[in-house]
Amino acid sequence: MTGPKLVSILRQGDWLIASIHTALDDSQMLLFRNDLVEQIGRHRSRGVVIDVAALDVLDSFGANTLRTIAEMARLRGAETVIVGIQPDVAFAMVSLGMDTGDVPTALDLEEGLAYLGRPTGARSRGRRDAAG
Amino acid sequence: MTERPDTTPPPPPLPRSPVNEEELLPQLVSHLREHRTKLRQEWAARIQGAGLLHAMTPQEMAAETTSVYDNYVEVLETGSVEALQRYARDLSERIIPRGVETHEVVGIVLLLRDVLARSLFEKYQRDFALLNRVLDAYEPAANRIANTVAVSFVDERERVIRQQQDSIRELSTPVLPVRERLLILPMIGVLDSERARQLTEQLLTGIRTHRAKVVVIDITGVPAVDETVANHLVRTVDASRLMGASVIITGLSPDIAQTLVTIGVDLSKMDTIGDLQGGLEEAERLLGFSVTRGDGTGTM
Repeated sequence: MTGPKLVSILRQGDWLIASIHTALDDSQMLLFRNDLVEQIGRHRSRGVVIDVAALDVLDSFGANTLRTIAEMARLRGAETVIVGIQPDVAFAMVSLGMDTGDVPTALDLEEGLAYLGRPTGARSRGRRDAAG
Repeated sequence: MTERPDTTPPPPPLPRSPVNEEELLPQLVSHLREHRTKLRQEWAARIQGAGLLHAMTPQEMAAETTSVYDNYVEVLETGSVEALQRYARDLSERIIPRGVETHEVVGIVLLLRDVLARSLFEKYQRDFALLNRVLDAYEPAANRIANTVAVSFVDERERVIRQQQDSIRELSTPVLPVRERLLILPMIGVLDSERARQLTEQLLTGIRTHRAKVVVIDITGVPAVDETVANHLVRTVDASRLMGASVIITGLSPDIAQTLVTIGVDLSKMDTIGDLQGGLEEAERLLGFSVTRGDGTGTM
């Protein structure tokens, strides 16, 4: 793995929360992919949130890899949601004809977890995101 | 006030005779101070004669001409236009809303220059060589003053215009939260590429600040779009989706619908609904709101 500074993968119940802290180069991206997909199996996770809020640029290789990760995760039984794409990044991506394919996106981590089926922590706190 | 310090052109090279310059200007200034009342009245009379400044009352004019005169003489004395620049800007700020035109302001300053020059002619008429030197000292400074006032006035006007343009632009693409996590953007007027760019920026930042999940863009008030703008709109919708918000576009006119189909913009991923009402209903449905009319409150 690339070390804790670049990416962190945290386990939260049935979910994995993967935060990318800084721009990754291609090989780091592949390491991240392999690590994440391996951890899905190890923790028997059912969902993955990939948080890219810290990124101010996302190139086509990065976007592609995120799509691949989502597809690999699906094959391993976990659903993936990408969260925290910044306004500038979002517009740059569509201007360059990139998108996340069929991978769902959400505003931030909280939304992503709500999307996956329940908010952070116990089910009893679910009312907070009733609209989501 | 200090936002544009470079508005005054650099002083022109002054072809003065070095010997007398030091004494001439103070002499000239004291002459102008001495005859202040008479010259100022003469000037005011000429302003009236030229039919300038009818937007102002005589009292206002008297006050303004006095302070312009004093400023003018002071600049002649000190050679520093900064104070005048400040004064001219203040003056412009006051008189532009009253409808004073550029030609009036420039005309007034030039009149003062002429009035003062005449009085110098009168005073030094006996000694032509001395008059020449006096004018050498007077003219460049006077021209600089005229220049400064005109430039300050035009700058102020431009600043007002820019400010108005900015506020029009800002008002033209409002981002309004209607419900928790629901934004509407009513667009009115022609969508050019500049406004489309602005729409994108406001929408995407609006989504983040309001944590919006659904955005309704209503383009009922937009008469036409071109291909660039249509593509921009599609990209904006895609970008919003990347940020986790869905966009509903409402109020496409038949003309716009035809344009979009003709130029072949791919709208298959766009969610369009006939009117704003339908758009809001759909948005509420997406967000899980259900709106019912309470008993006895509606009189319809």
